[in-house]
Amino acid sequence: MAVWPDAIHHALKSQGVRQVSYVPDAGHKRLIELCHADKDMTVVPLTTEEEGIGLAAGAWLGGERAALLMQSSGVGNCVNALTLAANCAFPLLALVTMRGERGELNPWQIPMGQAAPDALRLMGVRTMRLGRAEEAGATVAAAAKLAFEGHGAVAVLISQAMIGVKSFGDKP
Amino acid sequence: MRSAELDRRKVVRSLLERRGALLVVAGLGSAAWDCTAAGDHPLTFPLWGAMGSACMMGLGLALAQPKRRVLVVTGDGEMLMGLGSLATVGVQRPANLAVVVLDNERYGETGMQKTHTAYGVDLGAIARACGFEARIVRKSAEIAAMRSGVYRGRGPLFYQVKVTPETLPLALPPRDGAYLKQRFREALLGGKSTA
Repeated sequence: MAVWPDAIHHALKSQGVRQVSYVPDAGHKRLIELCHADKDMTVVPLTTEEEGIGLAAGAWLGGERAALLMQSSGVGNCVNALTLAANCAFPLLALVTMRGERGELNPWQIPMGQAAPDALRLMGVRTMRLGRAEEAGATVAAAAKLAFEGHGAVAVLISQAMIGVKSFGDKP
Repeated sequence: MRSAELDRRKVVRSLLERRGALLVVAGLGSAAWDCTAAGDHPLTFPLWGAMGSACMMGLGLALAQPKRRVLVVTGDGEMLMGLGSLATVGVQRPANLAVVVLDNERYGETGMQKTHTAYGVDLGAIARACGFEARIVRKSAEIAAMRSGVYRGRGPLFYQVKVTPETLPLALPPRDGAYLKQRFREALLGGKSTA
């Protein structure tokens, strides 16, 4: 059982994140459960990832820190809303589980997965790569400091190699 | 369809006069100009872009400030772009949030093209189905009840205000987003605003 989602949850808590929004991904399953079980966190399921950009901006206006969980296919949904981060220097902390990388079995995940890091950077979001489970807590804590104390938009890209591959019941 | 008789500037002025501790997010375009025409205010955050985000900004703010009343003022086109956010608000059901949609059935900033509401799409019914207490406002006599809801009613509340489609003089808020953000935080959070 992976413990890195627990380390991320601990990092979000220690950095004072109070609002956690998400469009679910299997890679975020345990973290989403941990956040729902946490009475200090308001958890906001979204219909599309861009809602989380607006939510985080509103939270910051009100004095709270927010984090946004999504998979890489959601990055494309966020692009115009990222104007908020770019224009107003709203902090943004996004944790993106990557699809379309090593071993991907759904070709439809590949275009957006491959483009996600560049799409984020094109809109002014700083990206940090998380590829080793033991670094999860430290990386997310560092990203939170960059976002909330550096007033920037930051996405932590969690490698598919760390999460595993969705199998669709295929035999290798 | 009945023709709308309400003047959007008067509606917004009625909502924002003597505003007390009200926190406001204004959707891009005419709704932001209407709020500015009623008086630029540090506790109004006017959007110049990020179309579809007004309702979600209001939600984030309402969740962060549960003791303050939060009002989102936006247009029908902006609301249509963020319909999913009505469902998202419906999950949270913040008691302190009201959304006022100034519905002129037009995209006012781009040439007055008809929006979906002009063809009969019922925004209020969508909001109601998502868990809002939703009302339609067509007459000046109904504005006082809307104002009372915005300041004291149990949210989430949704008011669809049918307003006359007209092009009005621009009343532009500051356009520096970082300034708009920081002045809002200073006015709301005081010394904690730079934390």
